[in-house]
Amino acid sequence: MRRWSASLVLGLVLSLTAQSADAKKKDKDEKTAERPYPSTYKPYPGRPTALVGATVYDGRGGRIDDGTVLFADGKLVGIGGADMAVPEGYDRIDARGKFVTPGVIDAHSHLGDYPSPAVEALSDGNEATAPTTPDVWAEHSVWPQDPGFTRALANGGVTSLMILPGSANLMGGRSVTLKNVPSLTVQGMKFPNAPYSLKMACGENPKRVYGSKGQKPSTRMGNFAVNRQTWLDAKAYMDDADADRDIGKDTLAGVLKGDILVQNHCYRADEMALVIDMAKEMDYKVSAFHHAVESYKIGDLLRRNDICSAVWADWYGFKMEAYDGIPENAALIAKAGACVIIHSDDENGIQRLNQEAAKAQAAGKRIGIDIPDAQVIEWITYNPAKAMGIADETGSLEKGKMADVVLWNGDPLSVYTRPEKVWIDGAMLFDADNPKLRPVSDFELGQPGEGDVK
Amino acid sequence: MSRRAQFAAALAALALPFAAQAQDLAITNATVATGDGSAPIEHANVVVQGGKVVAAGAGVPVPAGIPTVDGTGKWVTPGLFSAVTDLGLWDVEAVSESNDTEADGSPFNAALDVTPALNPASQHIAISRAGGVTRASVAAFNGNSIFAGQGAVIDLADDAGLVMKPRAFQFVELGEAGARLAGGSRVAAHVALRNALREAKELAALPAGSARQSDAMLTRPDAMALAKVLDGIEPLYVGVERASDIRAVLALKSEFPKMNLVLVGAAEGWLVAPEIAAAHVPVITMPLRDLPAEFEMLAATQSNVGRMKKAGVKVAIGMFTGGNQPRYAPQQAGNLVALTKLPGAAGLTWGEAFAAISSIPAEISGFAGKAGVLAPGAVGDVVLWDGDPLELSSAPQEVWIDGVKQPLENHQTRLRDRYKDLDRTYLPKAYDW
Repeated sequence: MRRWSASLVLGLVLSLTAQSADAKKKDKDEKTAERPYPSTYKPYPGRPTALVGATVYDGRGGRIDDGTVLFADGKLVGIGGADMAVPEGYDRIDARGKFVTPGVIDAHSHLGDYPSPAVEALSDGNEATAPTTPDVWAEHSVWPQDPGFTRALANGGVTSLMILPGSANLMGGRSVTLKNVPSLTVQGMKFPNAPYSLKMACGENPKRVYGSKGQKPSTRMGNFAVNRQTWLDAKAYMDDADADRDIGKDTLAGVLKGDILVQNHCYRADEMALVIDMAKEMDYKVSAFHHAVESYKIGDLLRRNDICSAVWADWYGFKMEAYDGIPENAALIAKAGACVIIHSDDENGIQRLNQEAAKAQAAGKRIGIDIPDAQVIEWITYNPAKAMGIADETGSLEKGKMADVVLWNGDPLSVYTRPEKVWIDGAMLFDADNPKLRPVSDFELGQPGEGDVK
Repeated sequence: MSRRAQFAAALAALALPFAAQAQDLAITNATVATGDGSAPIEHANVVVQGGKVVAAGAGVPVPAGIPTVDGTGKWVTPGLFSAVTDLGLWDVEAVSESNDTEADGSPFNAALDVTPALNPASQHIAISRAGGVTRASVAAFNGNSIFAGQGAVIDLADDAGLVMKPRAFQFVELGEAGARLAGGSRVAAHVALRNALREAKELAALPAGSARQSDAMLTRPDAMALAKVLDGIEPLYVGVERASDIRAVLALKSEFPKMNLVLVGAAEGWLVAPEIAAAHVPVITMPLRDLPAEFEMLAATQSNVGRMKKAGVKVAIGMFTGGNQPRYAPQQAGNLVALTKLPGAAGLTWGEAFAAISSIPAEISGFAGKAGVLAPGAVGDVVLWDGDPLELSSAPQEVWIDGVKQPLENHQTRLRDRYKDLDRTYLPKAYDW
């Protein structure tokens, strides 16, 4: 009774091999270029809004005192001083004594992939079954009901974030960039047309995870050997018209063609320097080093290679490769003229990226590196947007960009300040003054504390 | 002298206050927060003599001839007190050879005592000291038992004598973690706890030299350690988060009336705050946890501390372990002040928030009026800050412990100084020190 199905499969294989090599290559390239699981995100309705009288940080280093920010139809319409007229039909919000910034962006989050509650059944962030898994996509693990998204919005003013696979593997898989708008599906959160990134990891994690299984890599030299061979295999795949489609190699080919960015978890200065040379050897570019606690030792090298450092303010000591972490890291990177991003990698830290940036700024100031507040705001807005490839659309307050905006109830670099209102694409999705205007995930319905201020 | 007595004597020697050269000093015209929960006082003076605080406040006279620091434009506080930390127990947390926080291969549990492992030269201590932390309690992590063993209270001075009080408390995990350790359920954890306390009681009642019952499950040292908990000599710190678990802990009070209980965690404490207050059980918690990180903390909210405080619970900020380090205490406290501006949230006043990282953890740790406060007779732990200590932009400029001015250099500051510039023209960076 099963014979017919077997012959059908055989027929399919035959017909495939009968295709011309050119047709097959074309098919492979077209499939790679397709964007399956497309974004279904649509901005929610908003009202034309004028924020008037605020201190405005535009995310590009600019500061306007007594400023005006206008947005309508999901886009920023105007950013200016007190002389900017508020057009008719705009809701006017008195923002005197308050501050306005672009929506906060986290370039390193595992929300949805490692959600709350942190139970095994929901732990989907590391496909730690092979040292390279460029075939896995973080979006296929995202649980949209992770309550962490709601806290990042309400307490952190986070409007966009990149979800990365974990760092167990040398090549952990594809990232996904999300709008922090609740949705039933990950497609409903996907940032439209954001480029993908490949998550890579150097150092302790991959060699520990696989070394403890008695397999390669068990050393840092093993890390590089596996990486280099994998890149060469991807190049061969790109050149091989007869190759069967390989989802993992599609991702690597995307990197080598420049369509997919590289986000590389790497702590130590010497290892970052080696990765930079590997990228040159294999002809790809690293967009940002993540965690990068030793970037302060090689700020010049990072500037020359145009690579951002996504860092914590002052995490140190929790693992060997973090032993040389110092609070002045971000300021010293900035002093060297290299790009700074403050990232979270943490469901709590993502609620306070503004505070982490302020701590990093203060540590610099104490050694004579005076970085203006407006530039510090770049670390959590424009710079992460740049490293994620979405800076043309968000990350700064510029006319025509997405109206991703936070109104803070005070100086965002003060511990005493919280987001008061948050708009994403012009839709008000959090209002501290309106208890109903805060998201509550399905998971929290009917639980103690449902809808509570968090 | 028996070996045990020798050991005890050695530990007692270790616990002696280090007789360093305590300086007399006065800090004048500063904004002074005494740590007792009151609001900061502007243009105030602090006087330390003989290693102790003599006076603090506006108009406090400065004795003639005493070395004086001008505090104009600066803030002065008592040293921060961090409750429930892993200070001095690791160099690098994930490097197991350097980490003494847990012993899951040990046959012992309640008898484990962190004291001999404490390393005053750990960078973790030096970095915390530079953050204004001068005293702390140190707890072990659970290995293979619900009992983690006995913690100590330490000072963070740059000298060898860090132990203020060895065996200051016993730690037990109930809730989800305790359930796992006990064999799989909360039911098992509570049976394990009660059986252990029963065995401790029986051992304590045995005439010297007589044999224990043959079905004893605890080792003798473990049972001996728990006898001190039963007597209330060592407080029992209980790790729980869920409201129902807290109730189950409070119920132990009627069963074991002499036990001194302290709740550690209590993420859902606000749901049972009146009961905690009525039982006079203090709480040590990490306040900004606002996610249902586990099923036992579904009701977690940053308003937990504010609501418990309002209900009359004594609450300290603590639980600084691993990457979440004691020097972050001011940020945690400052965020609780921020909550007072947030509609629907419960926070703390500035004075209350600062007390939650100074006098209150000191009180819970057995040093009421002696640490974490600028009050006559308290230890001369003083921190001079360059601004509001709870604000992100502020940092300690000077730290005194027992009246002794402390070095604030450490591995981090040395790296910072080496890499302030990246110039390697004439010699490698390795020669820049």
